[in-house]
Amino acid sequence: MKNKLLARMARLGGLSSALLLAGCEMDVLDPKGPVGDGVKSLIATSTIAMLIVVIPTIILSLAFAWHYRQSNTSAEYLPKWSHSNKVELIIWGVPSLIILFLAVITYQTCHSLDPYKPLEAEATTKPLHVEVVALDWKWLFIYPEQGIATVNQLAIPVNTPVDFVITSDSVMNSFFIPRLGSMIYAMAGMQTQLHLLASEPGDYLGESANYSGRGFSDMKFRTLAVSGDEFNAWVDKVKSSSEQLDGQTYPKLAAPSEANPVEYFAHVEPGLFNAIVAKYNNGMVMDKSTGKMIQVQSAMSDMNMKE
Amino acid sequence: MLGRLSFSAIPVDVPILVGTFLGAAIAGLAVLGLITYYGKWGYLWKEWLTSVDHKRLAVMYIVLALVALFRGFADAIMMRTQLALAYAGNPGYLPPHHYDQIFSAHGTIMIFFLAMAFMTGLFNFVVPLQIGARDVAFPFLNNLSFWMTAIAFVLVNVSLFIGEFSQCGWLAYPPLSESQFSPGVGVDYYIWAIQLSGVGTLLTGVNFFVTIVKMRAPGMTWMKMPVFTWTAFCSSILIMVSFPVLTVAVALLGLDRYFGMHFFTNDGGGNQMLYLSLIWSWGHPEVYILVIPAFGVFSEVVPAFSGKPLFGYGTMVYATCSIMVLSFVVWVHHFFTMGAGPDVNAFFGIATMIISIPTGVKLFNWMFTMYKGRVQFHACMYWAVGFMVTFTIGGMTGVMMAIPGADFVLHNSLFLIAHFHNVIIGGVYFGYICGMNFWFPKVMGFKMNEAWGIRAFWFWFVGFYFAFVPLYVLGFDGMTRRMNHYDNPEWHIWLLIAEVGAVLILFGIVCQLTQLYVTIRDRNLPANRDVTGDPWNGRALEWSTSSPPPPYNFAIVPHVHELDAFMHDKENGIDTRCAGGPYAPIHMPKNTAAGFLIGAFSFIFGFAAVWYIWWLAAIGLIGVIGTVIARSANKDIDYYIPADEVARIENEHSRKLMAQAAE
Repeated sequence: MKNKLLARMARLGGLSSALLLAGCEMDVLDPKGPVGDGVKSLIATSTIAMLIVVIPTIILSLAFAWHYRQSNTSAEYLPKWSHSNKVELIIWGVPSLIILFLAVITYQTCHSLDPYKPLEAEATTKPLHVEVVALDWKWLFIYPEQGIATVNQLAIPVNTPVDFVITSDSVMNSFFIPRLGSMIYAMAGMQTQLHLLASEPGDYLGESANYSGRGFSDMKFRTLAVSGDEFNAWVDKVKSSSEQLDGQTYPKLAAPSEANPVEYFAHVEPGLFNAIVAKYNNGMVMDKSTGKMIQVQSAMSDMNMKE
Repeated sequence: MLGRLSFSAIPVDVPILVGTFLGAAIAGLAVLGLITYYGKWGYLWKEWLTSVDHKRLAVMYIVLALVALFRGFADAIMMRTQLALAYAGNPGYLPPHHYDQIFSAHGTIMIFFLAMAFMTGLFNFVVPLQIGARDVAFPFLNNLSFWMTAIAFVLVNVSLFIGEFSQCGWLAYPPLSESQFSPGVGVDYYIWAIQLSGVGTLLTGVNFFVTIVKMRAPGMTWMKMPVFTWTAFCSSILIMVSFPVLTVAVALLGLDRYFGMHFFTNDGGGNQMLYLSLIWSWGHPEVYILVIPAFGVFSEVVPAFSGKPLFGYGTMVYATCSIMVLSFVVWVHHFFTMGAGPDVNAFFGIATMIISIPTGVKLFNWMFTMYKGRVQFHACMYWAVGFMVTFTIGGMTGVMMAIPGADFVLHNSLFLIAHFHNVIIGGVYFGYICGMNFWFPKVMGFKMNEAWGIRAFWFWFVGFYFAFVPLYVLGFDGMTRRMNHYDNPEWHIWLLIAEVGAVLILFGIVCQLTQLYVTIRDRNLPANRDVTGDPWNGRALEWSTSSPPPPYNFAIVPHVHELDAFMHDKENGIDTRCAGGPYAPIHMPKNTAAGFLIGAFSFIFGFAAVWYIWWLAAIGLIGVIGTVIARSANKDIDYYIPADEVARIENEHSRKLMAQAAE
């Protein structure tokens, strides 16, 4: 019942914002996946709830100022009037009720839209795992199950949940695909998580949403949401590349570069992602299932702590 | 000998900077030349630069703030112009190296040197007069605070022509701001500018806290204190609690950079998340430090021009205090996207939106102050009503971003930029300009020109919407902040509209300058003179003095009987001034060069530390310590204004009042 009401309000909100923006297609307001849909309806619901108090405030401010203008001597003038319990009750009460409502949906959506929480679709569909590394100034995507890696191009099959684990081998960045929904920071020595799903095929913008220095503006990638067959064909295409990513070639890739073109790596050294995280943690990495720190055993261990 | 400083640090190859330098040099020489021509150096030094009079310092703070406004706005319009051009392969005219410095400097200057300086200027002018005090608690520290702020601003501007400024944004997030990623002098300029101005701000906070606690006129209990003073009080508490956090956070960053420590580095056990937590546990209270006094201004202005007392004084005080307390438990909303758990995010999200309740109540209070009043559309009221409309929208978008789920797509987007300019321009800036129009006659003895004030308002008001509504839209369209160029054709049109907005705001600033010019030109017209000291039929004690007030403010310290003390006295035929005396000699602080000297030596120290010129830094530091010792040992720091002189000044004002009344 409540959900239906929320959905209806969300549609109304979507409609009004669409009208406001005169048919312009907004990335965030025209999402292509369940996370983005959830965020969009949250934005719409909260906006409508707030407009209940915002619109009267604006109208009354202007109306009072105009009606009680000095030249309008027919308006009532009470030069001593400065207190009314009735008014006080309303001006504290109504905003409090709206905030109470917003607090409830905030708590609910903090849990339902938690980027660390696996999507509902994972119960039925096996998720795709992608490891993301923010570099100066490009994005490295490692597909551990496929054994491949790419730079500045992320292909994902539609209607398949994608589990991202994200770190940085440089400064702080934020991993963001506006059409799909939530973002999360990428930080060296740490692994953040994000669960997204594309429900429609398309070619979507991906970017860093946290300023990271000189090459930041070109730190963009394309997200190709494709059918399962197309995804497999794409994996084969990457595998036909002549490039490999290992202890020798990684430092060259990690060196700063601006507006880096798309790159494919047919083979990626297993454990590369953990080694990148571990080099800032004395060779340790947190095991996400147990929360314990474990020593990274990798051919990449010579990479540890280049300081 | 010169540390890292060499000729290559002077950007002679950047035409924009060479032009700016020539412009600044010519303007600077012209000002210096005029001062010399009119022989005003002695006057300037004795009456202004060394003054410990809170009223003089207020004027100097506001002049500093206006200079900072020009610098900060020049940065802003350059950024807007870059983004209007740099589209689809066109690199624009600002390469990232330059552009990144501009947005970092814009934020730093607007917050620390426009907003903070303007706010301190208003505190200085209004608070002692409103509480019936003769000066602040520590007049010398007040002068020192001003110089620390001023030299820090000079240091930021020196970075334009010698070396470079930070390219890490206005909060210099590590690890980008660590020497590994930013080896140049930019971040060091940032660090020392923040630290030196931080000394000034912290002293200001202590000064006004003590002033308000200890120096209120007899009879002025807490709940009879004017609302602007309440807001200055809350703001001072926030300064005292939060600025040390900023100092520590930036000092730790400095230790990383200067001594190779690892507080926030990627490696060696550093933790960048700690810096974000520290800087925002200052940064969030900071925006309330700025906006609470703006609320105070409106709480004085709206009653004065509505011919009514403020609606719900008690509510207003409690709302202000609850905002002050709540502002300390919301800082995590600046980084919901860092990966904290849902419960942590929910706590900080809900705490943030709770602030909107007392803030909303304030808006309603101003609204009900106009209700059944007689609203005079003075220029001040344009800014006030414009604020109510604009700030309401800014508050709404703020609550949207306080919901972590929504922030996950709006964080760091242009939506965020639009939101905080919405509250900083629509709240803080409108408030301070409103306050300037309101108290100007008290400061100078003549009123500001209204026609140009209203024109300035309309350009700012309309310009704001043109400049920032497109940014809300762009935020929804996935455009992030701090981008130097882009290739999305859908973004271009909105950025062109925003550029139009920036130009409208430029016209607004031109109107404000014209307003100042016309005001000073027409200062002697009888209609503009403020003879009585009470041009708006004011309610609080500052309007009971002459305009400008005498150096001692109150010949006889007034007794406060009610809230709105002066209005109460006027209505009950009480002479607040106790004209006719008897007068006693008044104890006054002497002007001193110590504040200026400590500032000058601090500047030398800061500049030398930026460039690793250690011998010069030692000279600066020794100079600071030496001046402090000399000042502490100086017993000749006060004097008395004789009773006869007080009587002469007071009787003259009484004569003017009587002549005015007879007319």
